[in-house]
Amino acid sequence: MKKTNITLNVNGQAHEANVEPRELLIHVLRDHMDITGPHVGCETSHCGACTVEVDGRSVKSCTMFAVQAEGSEITTVEGLGNPDKLHVLQEQFKEHHGLQCGFCTPGMITRAHRLLLENPTPTEDDVRFGISGNLCRCTGYQNIVKAVLSAADIINNETEESLA
Amino acid sequence: MIPGNFEYHAPESLPAAVGLLGELGDDARVIAGGHSLIPMMKLRLAMPEHLIDLRKITDLDYIKVEGGTCTIGAMTTQHTLINDAALKTAAPIVAETALQVADPQIRYQGTIGGNVANGDPGNDFPGLMQCLDATFTLEGPEGQRDVSAREFYEAAYFTARDDLEILSAIAFPVCEGGYAYEKQKRKIGDYATAASAVLLSKGADGMCSKASIAMTNLADTPIYCEDASALLVGSSLDADTLAKVVTACIDVIEPVDDNRGPVAFKKHAASIVLKHAIDRAWSRA
Repeated sequence: MKKTNITLNVNGQAHEANVEPRELLIHVLRDHMDITGPHVGCETSHCGACTVEVDGRSVKSCTMFAVQAEGSEITTVEGLGNPDKLHVLQEQFKEHHGLQCGFCTPGMITRAHRLLLENPTPTEDDVRFGISGNLCRCTGYQNIVKAVLSAADIINNETEESLA
Repeated sequence: MIPGNFEYHAPESLPAAVGLLGELGDDARVIAGGHSLIPMMKLRLAMPEHLIDLRKITDLDYIKVEGGTCTIGAMTTQHTLINDAALKTAAPIVAETALQVADPQIRYQGTIGGNVANGDPGNDFPGLMQCLDATFTLEGPEGQRDVSAREFYEAAYFTARDDLEILSAIAFPVCEGGYAYEKQKRKIGDYATAASAVLLSKGADGMCSKASIAMTNLADTPIYCEDASALLVGSSLDADTLAKVVTACIDVIEPVDDNRGPVAFKKHAASIVLKHAIDRAWSRA
Protein backbone atom coordinates (compact mmCIF):
# COMPACT_ATOMS: atom_id res chain seq x y z
CA MET A 1 0.00 0.00 0.00
CA LYS A 2 1.17 3.47 -0.84
CA LYS A 3 2.96 5.24 1.98
CA THR A 4 2.39 8.85 2.73
CA ASN A 5 4.54 11.55 4.31
CA ILE A 6 3.06 13.10 7.41
CA THR A 7 4.20 15.75 9.83
CA LEU A 8 3.13 15.50 13.45
CA ASN A 9 3.65 18.34 15.91
CA VAL A 10 4.67 16.53 19.07
CA ASN A 11 5.61 18.43 22.21
CA GLY A 12 6.17 21.59 20.18
CA GLN A 13 8.44 19.96 17.60
CA ALA A 14 7.65 18.93 14.03
CA HIS A 15 8.35 15.24 13.37
CA GLU A 16 8.15 13.77 9.89
CA ALA A 17 7.42 10.17 9.02
CA ASN A 18 6.65 8.06 6.00
CA VAL A 19 3.74 5.85 7.04
CA GLU A 20 1.06 3.53 5.75
CA PRO A 21 -2.43 4.91 6.45
CA ARG A 22 -3.17 1.86 8.62
CA GLU A 23 -0.38 2.64 11.10
CA LEU A 24 -1.77 3.64 14.46
CA LEU A 25 -0.67 6.86 16.13
CA ILE A 26 0.89 4.96 19.06
CA HIS A 27 3.11 2.92 16.72
CA VAL A 28 4.20 5.93 14.70
CA LEU A 29 5.07 7.87 17.87
CA ARG A 30 7.06 4.97 19.31
CA ASP A 31 8.55 3.26 16.25
CA HIS A 32 9.07 6.12 13.80
CA MET A 33 9.67 9.03 16.17
CA ASP A 34 11.24 7.28 19.14
CA ILE A 35 8.73 8.94 21.49
CA THR A 36 8.28 6.02 23.87
CA GLY A 37 6.53 7.67 26.80
CA PRO A 38 3.06 6.54 25.68
CA HIS A 39 2.90 2.76 26.09
CA VAL A 40 1.20 -0.03 24.18
CA GLY A 41 -0.96 -1.77 26.77
CA CYS A 42 -4.08 -3.55 25.62
CA GLU A 43 -4.20 -2.09 22.11
CA THR A 44 -7.99 -2.35 22.32
CA SER A 45 -8.98 1.12 23.66
CA HIS A 46 -9.46 -0.18 27.19
CA CYS A 47 -6.37 0.46 29.30
CA GLY A 48 -5.37 4.06 28.53
CA ALA A 49 -1.58 3.41 28.71
CA CYS A 50 -1.26 4.95 25.23
CA THR A 51 -3.07 8.17 26.20
CA VAL A 52 -1.71 11.31 24.56
CA GLU A 53 -3.21 14.73 24.08
CA VAL A 54 -4.35 15.66 20.57
CA ASP A 55 -5.57 19.25 20.13
CA GLY A 56 -6.60 19.51 23.76
CA ARG A 57 -8.32 16.13 23.93
CA SER A 58 -7.12 13.04 25.80
CA VAL A 59 -6.91 10.37 23.14
CA LYS A 60 -6.09 6.66 23.21
CA SER A 61 -3.44 6.69 20.52
CA CYS A 62 -4.01 2.99 19.77
CA THR A 63 -7.41 3.97 18.39
CA MET A 64 -6.40 6.73 16.00
CA PHE A 65 -4.50 6.39 12.73
CA ALA A 66 -1.41 8.57 12.57
CA VAL A 67 -2.68 10.12 9.32
CA GLN A 68 -5.68 11.41 11.29
CA ALA A 69 -3.36 13.40 13.58
CA GLU A 70 -1.65 15.27 10.75
CA GLY A 71 -1.63 18.96 11.56
CA SER A 72 -2.68 18.43 15.18
CA GLU A 73 -0.80 19.52 18.29
CA ILE A 74 0.17 16.40 20.23
CA THR A 75 1.46 16.32 23.80
CA THR A 76 2.95 13.19 25.38
CA VAL A 77 4.35 12.74 28.87
CA GLU A 78 7.74 13.83 27.48
CA GLY A 79 6.21 17.25 26.84
CA LEU A 80 5.14 17.73 30.45
CA GLY A 81 8.37 17.27 32.40
CA ASN A 82 11.85 15.78 32.26
CA PRO A 83 14.25 14.17 34.75
CA ASP A 84 15.77 17.57 35.60
CA LYS A 85 12.46 19.32 36.07
CA LEU A 86 9.57 17.04 36.88
CA HIS A 87 6.03 18.24 36.25
CA VAL A 88 4.04 18.84 39.42
CA LEU A 89 1.94 15.76 38.61
CA GLN A 90 5.08 13.66 38.28
CA GLU A 91 6.39 15.04 41.59
CA GLN A 92 3.14 14.15 43.32
CA PHE A 93 2.96 10.65 41.80
CA LYS A 94 6.46 10.15 43.23
CA GLU A 95 5.56 11.72 46.58
CA HIS A 96 2.35 9.69 47.07
CA HIS A 97 3.59 6.41 45.59
CA GLY A 98 1.14 6.80 42.69
CA LEU A 99 3.00 4.14 40.75
CA GLN A 100 4.55 0.79 41.30
CA CYS A 101 5.56 -0.84 38.01
CA GLY A 102 5.05 2.46 36.18
CA PHE A 103 3.55 1.04 33.02
CA CYS A 104 0.28 2.99 33.25
CA THR A 105 1.94 6.15 34.57
CA PRO A 106 2.57 8.11 31.34
CA GLY A 107 -1.07 7.63 30.34
CA MET A 108 -2.29 8.44 33.86
CA ILE A 109 -0.26 11.64 34.03
CA THR A 110 -1.18 12.79 30.54
CA ARG A 111 -4.85 12.18 31.30
CA ALA A 112 -4.65 13.83 34.75
CA HIS A 113 -2.99 16.85 33.13
CA ARG A 114 -5.96 17.42 30.82
CA LEU A 115 -8.40 16.72 33.66
CA LEU A 116 -6.84 19.44 35.83
CA LEU A 117 -6.80 21.91 32.95
CA GLU A 118 -10.54 21.41 32.52
CA ASN A 119 -11.35 21.11 36.21
CA PRO A 120 -8.69 22.77 38.41
CA THR A 121 -10.52 21.97 41.66
CA PRO A 122 -11.73 18.40 41.30
CA THR A 123 -13.34 16.38 44.07
CA GLU A 124 -12.13 12.84 44.72
CA ASP A 125 -15.12 11.58 42.70
CA ASP A 126 -14.23 13.90 39.82
CA VAL A 127 -10.71 12.47 39.76
CA ARG A 128 -11.90 8.86 39.89
CA PHE A 129 -14.45 9.46 37.11
CA GLY A 130 -11.94 11.53 35.13
CA ILE A 131 -9.30 8.79 35.08
CA SER A 132 -11.78 5.95 34.61
CA GLY A 133 -10.39 5.32 31.12
CA ASN A 134 -6.97 4.45 32.56
CA LEU A 135 -6.30 1.10 34.18
CA CYS A 136 -3.66 0.42 36.84
CA ARG A 137 -2.92 -3.12 38.00
CA CYS A 138 -0.58 -2.20 40.91
CA THR A 139 -1.80 0.64 43.06
CA GLY A 140 -5.52 0.05 43.46
CA TYR A 141 -5.82 3.72 42.40
CA GLN A 142 -5.81 5.14 45.96
CA ASN A 143 -2.40 6.71 45.65
CA ILE A 144 -2.98 7.87 42.10
CA VAL A 145 -6.08 9.74 43.24
CA LYS A 146 -4.14 11.24 46.17
CA ALA A 147 -1.36 12.33 43.82
CA VAL A 148 -3.76 14.05 41.41
CA LEU A 149 -5.64 15.82 44.22
CA SER A 150 -2.36 16.89 45.78
CA ALA A 151 -1.10 18.24 42.44
CA ALA A 152 -4.34 20.23 42.11
CA ASP A 153 -3.82 21.71 45.60
CA ILE A 154 -0.26 22.71 44.84
CA ILE A 155 -1.21 24.34 41.55
CA ASN A 156 -4.04 26.23 43.20
CA ASN A 157 -1.97 27.40 46.18
CA GLU A 158 1.35 28.19 44.60
CA THR A 159 1.06 30.70 41.84
CA GLU A 160 4.53 29.94 40.51
CA GLU A 161 3.51 26.34 39.75
CA SER A 162 1.61 26.11 36.55
CA LEU A 163 0.13 23.17 34.71
CA ALA A 164 2.02 23.85 31.53
CA MET B 1 -3.82 -5.95 16.00
CA ILE B 2 -2.78 -4.38 12.69
CA PRO B 3 -5.69 -3.33 10.47
CA GLY B 4 -5.76 -4.25 6.82
CA ASN B 5 -4.48 -1.80 4.25
CA PHE B 6 -6.64 1.01 3.04
CA GLU B 7 -6.42 4.32 1.26
CA TYR B 8 -7.15 7.35 3.44
CA HIS B 9 -9.32 10.28 2.37
CA ALA B 10 -10.18 13.37 4.40
CA PRO B 11 -12.59 15.50 2.35
CA GLU B 12 -13.25 19.01 3.59
CA SER B 13 -16.97 19.29 2.87
CA LEU B 14 -20.03 17.09 3.15
CA PRO B 15 -20.78 17.22 -0.60
CA ALA B 16 -17.19 16.13 -1.28
CA ALA B 17 -17.57 13.23 1.19
CA VAL B 18 -20.89 12.16 -0.32
CA GLY B 19 -19.35 12.40 -3.81
CA LEU B 20 -16.37 10.30 -2.78
CA LEU B 21 -18.59 7.69 -1.15
CA GLY B 22 -20.74 7.55 -4.30
CA GLU B 23 -17.64 7.03 -6.42
CA LEU B 24 -15.97 4.40 -4.21
CA GLY B 25 -19.18 2.61 -3.20
CA ASP B 26 -18.96 -0.62 -1.23
CA ASP B 27 -15.16 -0.46 -1.02
CA ALA B 28 -15.34 2.58 1.24
CA ARG B 29 -16.35 3.17 4.83
CA VAL B 30 -17.00 6.50 6.50
CA ILE B 31 -15.11 7.10 9.76
CA ALA B 32 -16.18 9.62 12.41
CA GLY B 33 -14.71 9.13 15.92
CA GLY B 34 -13.49 5.70 14.89
CA HIS B 35 -13.99 3.99 18.24
CA SER B 36 -16.30 1.35 16.80
CA LEU B 37 -14.72 1.05 13.35
CA ILE B 38 -10.99 0.99 14.23
CA PRO B 39 -11.38 -1.90 16.72
CA MET B 40 -13.34 -3.81 14.04
CA MET B 41 -10.58 -3.09 11.54
CA LYS B 42 -7.93 -4.35 13.96
CA LEU B 43 -9.87 -7.61 14.25
CA ARG B 44 -10.20 -7.62 10.44
CA LEU B 45 -13.95 -7.86 10.87
CA ALA B 46 -14.00 -4.68 8.80
CA MET B 47 -11.57 -4.38 5.90
CA PRO B 48 -12.51 -1.29 3.92
CA GLU B 49 -10.25 -0.48 0.98
CA HIS B 50 -10.94 3.21 1.42
CA LEU B 51 -11.56 5.19 4.57
CA ILE B 52 -13.42 8.49 4.26
CA ASP B 53 -12.66 10.54 7.37
CA LEU B 54 -15.18 13.24 8.26
CA ARG B 55 -12.86 14.98 10.74
CA LYS B 56 -12.12 17.99 8.52
CA ILE B 57 -15.80 18.74 7.91
CA THR B 58 -16.01 21.20 10.78
CA ASP B 59 -19.50 22.37 9.84
CA LEU B 60 -20.83 19.00 11.03
CA ASP B 61 -19.75 19.92 14.57
CA TYR B 62 -22.47 22.13 16.08
CA ILE B 63 -25.33 22.26 18.56
CA LYS B 64 -28.25 24.58 17.83
CA VAL B 65 -31.25 25.16 20.06
CA GLU B 66 -33.88 27.29 18.37
CA GLY B 67 -37.61 27.34 17.69
CA GLY B 68 -38.23 24.52 20.16
CA THR B 69 -35.84 22.16 18.36
CA CYS B 70 -32.35 20.92 19.18
CA THR B 71 -30.24 20.23 16.11
CA ILE B 72 -26.88 18.53 16.47
CA GLY B 73 -24.25 18.01 13.79
CA ALA B 74 -23.15 14.41 13.30
CA MET B 75 -19.50 15.10 14.20
CA THR B 76 -20.32 16.58 17.61
CA THR B 77 -18.47 14.55 20.23
CA GLN B 78 -19.91 13.20 23.45
CA HIS B 79 -17.47 15.46 25.31
CA THR B 80 -19.01 18.49 23.60
CA LEU B 81 -22.56 17.25 24.30
CA ILE B 82 -21.73 16.94 28.01
CA ASN B 83 -20.34 20.46 28.24
CA ASP B 84 -22.80 22.45 26.12
CA ALA B 85 -24.75 24.86 28.31
CA ALA B 86 -27.67 25.42 25.91
CA LEU B 87 -28.17 21.68 25.43
CA LYS B 88 -28.00 21.09 29.18
CA THR B 89 -31.01 23.38 29.56
CA ALA B 90 -32.91 22.22 26.48
CA ALA B 91 -32.34 18.46 26.81
CA PRO B 92 -30.45 17.50 29.97
CA ILE B 93 -31.04 13.80 29.26
CA VAL B 94 -28.44 14.00 26.47
CA ALA B 95 -25.57 14.84 28.84
CA GLU B 96 -26.88 12.33 31.40
CA THR B 97 -26.64 9.66 28.69
CA ALA B 98 -23.33 10.83 27.21
CA LEU B 99 -21.68 10.62 30.64
CA GLN B 100 -22.50 6.91 30.67
CA VAL B 101 -20.91 6.21 27.29
CA ALA B 102 -17.50 4.49 27.41
CA ASP B 103 -14.79 6.50 29.21
CA PRO B 104 -13.39 10.06 29.11
CA GLN B 105 -10.87 9.48 26.31
CA ILE B 106 -13.45 7.80 24.12
CA ARG B 107 -15.96 10.60 24.76
CA TYR B 108 -13.51 13.13 23.33
CA GLN B 109 -13.49 11.16 20.07
CA GLY B 110 -16.85 9.42 19.91
CA THR B 111 -19.47 11.32 17.93
CA ILE B 112 -23.25 11.38 18.16
CA GLY B 113 -23.48 10.66 14.43
CA GLY B 114 -21.30 7.58 14.62
CA ASN B 115 -23.08 6.35 17.71
CA VAL B 116 -26.54 6.49 16.13
CA ALA B 117 -25.57 5.53 12.56
CA ASN B 118 -23.49 2.44 13.33
CA GLY B 119 -26.55 0.41 14.32
CA ASP B 120 -24.78 -1.31 17.21
CA PRO B 121 -27.51 -2.39 19.66
CA GLY B 122 -25.06 -1.76 22.52
CA ASN B 123 -24.78 1.95 21.79
CA ASP B 124 -26.63 4.26 24.15
CA PHE B 125 -27.74 7.04 21.82
CA PRO B 126 -30.08 5.07 19.53
CA GLY B 127 -32.48 4.30 22.40
CA LEU B 128 -32.21 7.86 23.66
CA MET B 129 -33.02 9.17 20.18
CA GLN B 130 -36.13 6.97 20.01
CA CYS B 131 -37.19 8.26 23.41
CA LEU B 132 -36.67 11.87 22.21
CA ASP B 133 -38.51 11.11 18.93
CA ALA B 134 -35.49 12.37 17.01
CA THR B 135 -35.14 12.68 13.26
CA PHE B 136 -31.95 11.77 11.42
CA THR B 137 -30.90 13.64 8.28
CA LEU B 138 -29.20 11.54 5.62
CA GLU B 139 -27.26 12.96 2.67
CA GLY B 140 -26.74 10.81 -0.39
CA PRO B 141 -26.27 10.98 -4.14
CA GLU B 142 -30.04 11.42 -4.54
CA GLY B 143 -30.09 14.35 -2.12
CA GLN B 144 -31.24 14.76 1.44
CA ARG B 145 -33.92 12.90 3.37
CA ASP B 146 -35.11 12.60 6.96
CA VAL B 147 -35.82 9.36 8.81
CA SER B 148 -37.40 9.01 12.24
CA ALA B 149 -35.16 7.36 14.86
CA ARG B 150 -38.13 5.11 15.65
CA GLU B 151 -38.08 3.80 12.03
CA PHE B 152 -34.30 3.79 11.51
CA TYR B 153 -33.13 0.56 13.14
CA GLU B 154 -33.83 -2.70 11.26
CA ALA B 155 -31.49 -5.23 12.91
CA ALA B 156 -28.03 -5.24 14.48
CA TYR B 157 -25.86 -3.03 12.22
CA PHE B 158 -28.68 -2.75 9.67
CA THR B 159 -30.41 0.60 9.44
CA ALA B 160 -32.50 2.62 7.01
CA ARG B 161 -29.32 4.42 5.92
CA ASP B 162 -28.29 3.44 2.42
CA ASP B 163 -24.61 2.48 1.99
CA LEU B 164 -24.07 5.59 -0.09
CA GLU B 165 -25.61 7.96 2.45
CA ILE B 166 -23.95 9.85 5.29
CA LEU B 167 -25.86 10.78 8.42
CA SER B 168 -25.31 14.52 8.78
CA ALA B 169 -27.58 15.81 11.54
CA ILE B 170 -29.94 14.86 14.33
CA ALA B 171 -32.94 16.92 15.43
CA PHE B 172 -35.40 16.50 18.30
CA PRO B 173 -37.87 18.65 20.22
CA VAL B 174 -36.66 20.57 23.27
CA CYS B 175 -37.49 18.43 26.33
CA GLU B 176 -40.13 19.28 28.85
CA GLY B 177 -40.76 17.67 32.22
CA GLY B 178 -38.59 15.04 33.88
CA TYR B 179 -35.97 12.80 32.35
CA ALA B 180 -33.65 9.94 33.18
CA TYR B 181 -31.19 7.64 31.44
CA GLU B 182 -30.54 4.67 33.71
CA LYS B 183 -27.84 2.18 32.71
CA GLN B 184 -26.76 -1.05 34.34
CA LYS B 185 -23.26 -2.06 33.23
CA ARG B 186 -20.57 -4.36 34.54
CA LYS B 187 -17.93 -1.65 34.74
CA ILE B 188 -17.02 1.79 33.43
CA GLY B 189 -16.66 1.70 29.68
CA ASP B 190 -18.98 -1.24 29.18
CA TYR B 191 -22.05 -1.46 27.04
CA ALA B 192 -25.34 -1.75 28.92
CA THR B 193 -26.53 -4.99 30.44
CA ALA B 194 -29.80 -3.08 30.37
CA ALA B 195 -30.57 0.62 30.00
CA SER B 196 -33.66 2.76 29.78
CA ALA B 197 -34.38 6.30 28.61
CA VAL B 198 -37.50 7.93 30.06
CA LEU B 199 -39.18 11.32 29.58
CA LEU B 200 -42.25 12.19 31.68
CA SER B 201 -44.39 15.31 31.95
CA LYS B 202 -46.74 16.12 34.82
CA GLY B 203 -50.04 17.90 34.11
CA ALA B 204 -51.66 20.60 36.26
CA ASP B 205 -53.78 17.82 37.83
CA GLY B 206 -50.63 16.03 39.02
CA MET B 207 -51.17 13.17 36.58
CA CYS B 208 -48.70 12.08 33.91
CA SER B 209 -49.51 14.05 30.77
CA LYS B 210 -46.80 12.77 28.44
CA ALA B 211 -44.48 9.78 28.51
CA SER B 212 -41.80 8.23 26.34
CA ILE B 213 -39.77 5.11 27.13
CA ALA B 214 -37.03 3.38 25.15
CA MET B 215 -34.76 0.46 26.06
CA THR B 216 -31.09 -0.13 25.12
CA ASN B 217 -29.20 -3.37 24.37
CA LEU B 218 -32.15 -5.61 25.09
CA ALA B 219 -32.83 -6.64 21.49
CA ASP B 220 -30.93 -6.41 18.21
CA THR B 221 -32.26 -2.85 17.87
CA PRO B 222 -33.21 -0.21 20.42
CA ILE B 223 -36.84 -0.62 21.49
CA TYR B 224 -39.30 2.25 21.70
CA CYS B 225 -42.00 1.08 24.13
CA GLU B 226 -45.11 2.66 22.66
CA ASP B 227 -47.68 0.68 24.65
CA ALA B 228 -45.90 1.16 27.96
CA SER B 229 -45.56 4.89 27.31
CA ALA B 230 -49.31 5.13 26.57
CA LEU B 231 -50.14 3.27 29.81
CA LEU B 232 -48.40 5.95 31.86
CA VAL B 233 -50.32 8.86 30.36
CA GLY B 234 -53.26 9.89 32.52
CA SER B 235 -52.04 7.87 35.48
CA SER B 236 -50.63 8.98 38.83
CA LEU B 237 -47.87 6.37 38.43
CA ASP B 238 -49.60 4.20 41.01
CA ALA B 239 -48.21 0.75 41.76
CA ASP B 240 -50.80 -0.98 39.57
CA THR B 241 -49.95 1.11 36.53
CA LEU B 242 -46.21 0.76 37.09
CA ALA B 243 -46.52 -3.03 37.23
CA LYS B 244 -48.38 -2.96 33.90
CA VAL B 245 -45.80 -0.61 32.37
CA VAL B 246 -42.92 -2.87 33.38
CA THR B 247 -44.73 -5.92 31.97
CA ALA B 248 -45.46 -4.07 28.73
CA CYS B 249 -41.76 -3.19 28.33
CA ILE B 250 -40.50 -6.66 29.19
CA ASP B 251 -42.95 -8.08 26.65
CA VAL B 252 -41.41 -6.15 23.75
CA ILE B 253 -37.71 -6.66 24.48
CA GLU B 254 -35.83 -9.69 23.16
CA PRO B 255 -32.55 -10.02 25.07
CA VAL B 256 -30.18 -12.89 24.29
CA ASP B 257 -27.83 -14.95 26.46
CA ASP B 258 -24.31 -13.57 26.36
CA ASN B 259 -21.41 -12.63 28.64
CA ARG B 260 -23.63 -10.03 30.31
CA GLY B 261 -25.98 -12.73 31.54
CA PRO B 262 -28.82 -15.08 30.68
CA VAL B 263 -32.17 -13.90 29.34
CA ALA B 264 -33.98 -14.11 32.69
CA PHE B 265 -31.33 -11.98 34.37
CA LYS B 266 -31.44 -9.39 31.62
CA LYS B 267 -35.23 -9.13 31.85
CA HIS B 268 -34.87 -8.67 35.60
CA ALA B 269 -32.15 -6.01 35.12
CA ALA B 270 -34.35 -4.32 32.51
CA SER B 271 -37.28 -4.12 34.93
CA ILE B 272 -35.03 -2.58 37.61
CA VAL B 273 -33.42 0.05 35.39
CA LEU B 274 -36.83 0.91 34.00
CA LYS B 275 -38.30 1.43 37.50
CA HIS B 276 -35.31 3.53 38.53
CA ALA B 277 -35.56 5.62 35.38
CA ILE B 278 -39.30 6.21 35.83
CA ASP B 279 -38.79 7.16 39.50
CA ARG B 280 -36.02 9.61 38.71
CA ALA B 281 -37.82 11.13 35.73
CA TRP B 282 -41.03 11.57 37.76
CA SER B 283 -39.11 13.19 40.64
CA ARG B 284 -37.81 15.74 38.14
CA ALA B 285 -41.15 16.24 36.29
